[in-house]
This record gives sequence, structure tokens and C-alpha cells, in this order.
Amino acid sequence: MEPVHVDATGLSCPQPVILTRQALKSYATGQVVILVDTATSRDNVSRLAQREGCQIEVQERPEGGFRLVLRP
Amino acid sequence: MSRVSRFLISRWGPIVTGAIVGILAPMLVYLGNPGNMGICVACFTRDIAGALGLHRAAVVQYLRPEIPWFIFGSLIAALIYKEYKPRAGSAPLVRFSLGGFAMIGALVFLGCPWRAYLRLAGGDWNAIPGIAGLVVGIVIGVQFLKSGYSLGRNRPAPAAAGWIMPAFAAALLILLLTAPLLGRTAEGEPTGPIFFSTTGPGAAYAPVIVSLVVGLAIGFLAQRSRFCTVGAVRDLILVRDTYLLNGVIALIIAGVVTNLILGQFNPGFEGQPVSHTNALWNFGGMVLSGLAFTLAGGCPGRQVFMSGEGDADAGVFVLGMLVGAGFAHNLSLASSSAGPGPYGPIAVIIGILFCLAVGFTARESVAA
Repeated sequence: MEPVHVDATGLSCPQPVILTRQALKSYATGQVVILVDTATSRDNVSRLAQREGCQIEVQERPEGGFRLVLRP
Repeated sequence: MSRVSRFLISRWGPIVTGAIVGILAPMLVYLGNPGNMGICVACFTRDIAGALGLHRAAVVQYLRPEIPWFIFGSLIAALIYKEYKPRAGSAPLVRFSLGGFAMIGALVFLGCPWRAYLRLAGGDWNAIPGIAGLVVGIVIGVQFLKSGYSLGRNRPAPAAAGWIMPAFAAALLILLLTAPLLGRTAEGEPTGPIFFSTTGPGAAYAPVIVSLVVGLAIGFLAQRSRFCTVGAVRDLILVRDTYLLNGVIALIIAGVVTNLILGQFNPGFEGQPVSHTNALWNFGGMVLSGLAFTLAGGCPGRQVFMSGEGDADAGVFVLGMLVGAGFAHNLSLASSSAGPGPYGPIAVIIGILFCLAVGFTARESVAA
């Protein structure tokens, strides 16, 4: 199954978390890839993913920011 | 990343930050700051506006050093941990206006969310309708967030965008230490600004060196832990996340204990420092504030800290608060111990209508 991509770069709190939650609800069985630009968003999305029981892989992007891969 | 930093971004970070704020703020009161106002981001910004002559309310004029030191504490933390990042461009004029109205709401209540919790921790029960209003404002804001509200994205910005707020903070500290008389009377005699109150809350302040240490420490801790007094309630409602709320609870508990130890816990409604007993407008003012802060993405402290880590949009919000404070006193919107100002209630209603208009109209397609 193709992963779902969510670009949450540049968005204020708590929009990255809201978009992540929507993606996880809509695509409960697939992989969700989230792009964020700040460590705060990285931590907030990671915390949500942990609560939702997801596995999380955090990668630093060469152009700045983070790529989070969530697997339900 | 150091062990300390890992600890501060763990679930203990906001708890430790809140507890330290709850201890240090009453100590600042003990050392000279106004009653139940060890730290108030709104009141302190209002005092700075007065010192600069943006309003002429003679009892609330002082260049509160805590605010510039908050900015520097956050800047230092962001530089050390490589989180400093100049960014800008998310609806700055809307954010400026939200900052202005958030300040007006806070000055009708007489305190920002930080002070609302600190007033509660000092036994000022007038804070209870204020906190209830804050929660209602946040609940309204959360409904907008759930339905797709967004002020749009910021983007990486030139270095100057990140340095303006720290430079402004440095200028405020230089003006505090040098206290120049930059105005002239009709006769050409030097006069303020810079203004310093000789009576009232503006004349009550802790030693500058103490404010320096406290401001730097809290700025540093809050940048690391993302401490936010509005996000605390927002995240509980939105995603059942108590990460930030634990920090506010720790603040209130530590504040009560410290006030009890220092003999500053005085429960009641009447005669509380820098407050009034009009429950309706304590509530209404904070509905406006809570909504405006939620629509802007964080409490006034969080906006100050983000402005130190390069977020120019947060800097614009802080400058909106500064100008809003000027309007609040020049146009008789701010409350006093006698109650709401003559035009405070109508300003709160206008502010809520403004926020609702923003909430209903600000949308951005963020589909991937």
C-alpha cells in the first residue's frame, strides 16, 4: 500500500498534530509520512503517534526539518 | 543532545518548568514585583508600552526586564540545541491584530493566562471566572482548529527576521539601564519617555539582577520544554494530551506552596492586588484572550519564547500586544481595581467578533 504523505511544514501548533491524526484515522492500515520543519512539531507528532500505538521513524531532512514515518 | 535537554523535552519538562515558574514568580513578588504579578507577560508588556510612552497611564510604566530576558533565554537555548531558525510569512497582520486584541482582553481581566494561574495560586478567587473564560475561549478556538482553521505556512526567512526581536530586547535593556529622557516639554526641557512610575504597580519591581536570572532561566527552560499555558488546555481538549497541562498544574501547586511559605496566600475576592471583582468581565476578557491566543498558536509567554528562537510571526504577535496595550490605556479599555474601564466591555465584544471572523475565514488547503 502506498504511504500517505502529509506536508505540515511551516504550520503553527497544533495543526501538524491535527493533520497527523486525520491521516492516521483515514488510513488506519497504511504507512503515514509526515514532513515538519521544527523540533517542536517533531516532538508533538511523535507523542501523538506513540499514544496511537504507532511505530515511529524520525529522519532529518538534508534541506532542514524532519521526515516522520508512522506505521500503525 | 545532553541529558538535561532530553529530560526537558520528556514529559517532565513542562512539569519542572511550571514548578519553577510557580516557585520563582511568588519570590519575585516577595522581592518587589506587584502582588500576584511575579510574572505576567501581558502586564509586563503593558508596563513596557507605558515606559516607551505608547500610553500615559502613569501608574503602569516600567521597562520590565523579565520580558527581554525571556527572549534571550529562549534564544540561547535555541542556539545551543540548534533549533534557532529564522522563519516568517504566516499572516503577519492577522497575528498582529490577534496580539492586540489578546492584550485588550487580558487588560480587562488584568492578567494573561500566566497571571490568571498565579492569581489563583495567591488566593485571588477573581481568577476563577477569568480561568473559566480562558477555557471557553480555547474551546471556541479548538472548534475552529478542528474544522480546518489555519493562518497558513511560514517559510524560512532572512537572518534579519530572526534577530529583530532579540535586538529589540537588547534595546529595552539598554534603555532600562541608561533611563534617558527622550521627550521634550513645550519649553524644551527633557522629559520622558522613558517613563518610570513613581506610584502604583509600575513602581513595584524586584532588583534588576534577580529579574535577569529568573528571566533567563525561565526563557531557557520554556524553550526546551515548549511550556505553554494555552496549549495546556487546548491539547487536553483536542487530543487528550496532558503533556503541557501537567506544567500548569505544577505551576499552580508550586505557587500555592511558595505563597503559603512566604505568607502571601490571601484567599478571597475583595482587596486582591491589581484586580477587580466584576466576574462577568473577568470572564469575558479572558474569553477574548483565550480565543485570540488559540488562533495564534500559543499563550503570550510561548509567543515571546518563539520570537527568541527565530519565529518572526510570533515577534509580530508580541509587537501587536505592545501596541494593543497602548490602545487599551489610551482609549479607556483597561480595567482598574474599581472595575472595567468605560469602553472595556465593548472592546471585548469587538475583539471576539474580530476573532470569530478570523476563525471562520482563515483556511488553507494543506492536502498533500
